[in-house]
Amino acid sequence: MNLTLKIWRQSDANSKGKLVDYKISGIEGDMSFLEMLDVLNEDLINKGEEPVVFDHDCREGICGACSLQINGEPHGPDRLITTCQLHMRKFNDGDTIYIEPFRAKAFPVVKDLMVDRSSFERIQQAGGYISVNTSGNTQDANAIPIRKEDADEAMDAATCIGCGACVAACKNASAMLFTSAKVSQFALLPQGQVEATERVLAMVNQMDEEGFGNCTNTGACEIECPKGISLENIARMNREYLKASMKG
Amino acid sequence: MGGLIKSSIARKVAMALSGLFLVFFLLQHFTINFTSIFSADTFNELSHFMGTNPLVQFVLQPVLIFGVVFHFVMGFVLEIKNKNARAIKYAKYNGGANASWMSRNMIYSGLVILAFLGLHFYDFWVPEIVHKYVEFAPEDPTRYYSELLHKFESPIRTGLYALSFVFLALHLWHGFASSFQSVGFNNKYSIAATKFAKAFAIVIPVGFIIIAIVLHFTH
Repeated sequence: MNLTLKIWRQSDANSKGKLVDYKISGIEGDMSFLEMLDVLNEDLINKGEEPVVFDHDCREGICGACSLQINGEPHGPDRLITTCQLHMRKFNDGDTIYIEPFRAKAFPVVKDLMVDRSSFERIQQAGGYISVNTSGNTQDANAIPIRKEDADEAMDAATCIGCGACVAACKNASAMLFTSAKVSQFALLPQGQVEATERVLAMVNQMDEEGFGNCTNTGACEIECPKGISLENIARMNREYLKASMKG
Repeated sequence: MGGLIKSSIARKVAMALSGLFLVFFLLQHFTINFTSIFSADTFNELSHFMGTNPLVQFVLQPVLIFGVVFHFVMGFVLEIKNKNARAIKYAKYNGGANASWMSRNMIYSGLVILAFLGLHFYDFWVPEIVHKYVEFAPEDPTRYYSELLHKFESPIRTGLYALSFVFLALHLWHGFASSFQSVGFNNKYSIAATKFAKAFAIVIPVGFIIIAIVLHFTH
């Protein structure tokens, strides 16, 4: 497969970037998208040029490290997968592929296709946890009865890997889906109730401070989320937030 | 106004509630207008009541105007904030792959509705205010239907009204159903509520278009 790649190159956070064209050949359909970029980088290194910087780690859709806006969609045209799980068979010989970093004011570009997603970490640090004594006397979680449906929904929310595809897909660069998943995974469980009020207020406040946009319910985040995190979580966060605001 | 409601969730709830209020008003407006195509007397009676009742004139009307202004101003504030959240645009952005045109272009359908409201106020609201509170003209309870017919004489104006209602339908198609989600309503009844909202988004604007066309040809 022969392809033309239009890749965003930017030497550092303060430089101006631009799309650069690369021709690449000999790409197999069974290669993953990241392996295709590995091939490109080997070519570039052999030619004495600087390789393209991009995030990756587990390469099996678990860690949330890989990103990339591929032909205008986060993680490419497939659904419920990350970029590392995207196969080149989804493209055709002769295609031109646009590869850009996830764009958001709260996700500044570090270099080329790599962005700084530490704003997500700060939202988590603001309240995405429960305070439990873990010094050896922790109560067995299974000893607390939890309704099956609630446990399932909490687990669904907890599958968010924090990749940032929701922000990248949203026309407003909103982080509501991510934040709501992190609120929901505790809001549905008894262990999360103690700090529920402070949690949602602090996490939403941090989300706003980071400069993410507002949710307009387009649903793009849910469609592009590699883990299928549901919009129901955003409605739940809205309810939790309103309830917490009234409590003060 | 952006500073008044600082939290992003409070802003979206405020947009949803003001939108729901305007949806309710739209239904009331439609109901009265609908009478005009089968009974001039009923339309005159209802319009006279709405135009002279002190509660409607001095309480509900200011609340409505506040609701309209709030919804538009907050809409613009949010649009600016949202644009700023992505300073560098994508070279290629395939928004149609994951979201409807209506949901992605609420600002544009809203701007058409705003322009329409300018025309609508020029046609009906401003002359009504001048008639009642500037000229202090004597009230004729039978004037409303003839004034209405007069406005729909022009095929261009009738066409502009019809076109505006198409954009109103597009705006409502996303906005009405979306408001449920914004206020936190997403449960087993959501599918039915969304179906109702989508039906409303079609039926009411199409109804307004039918009224405009019938009045144009009645004349």
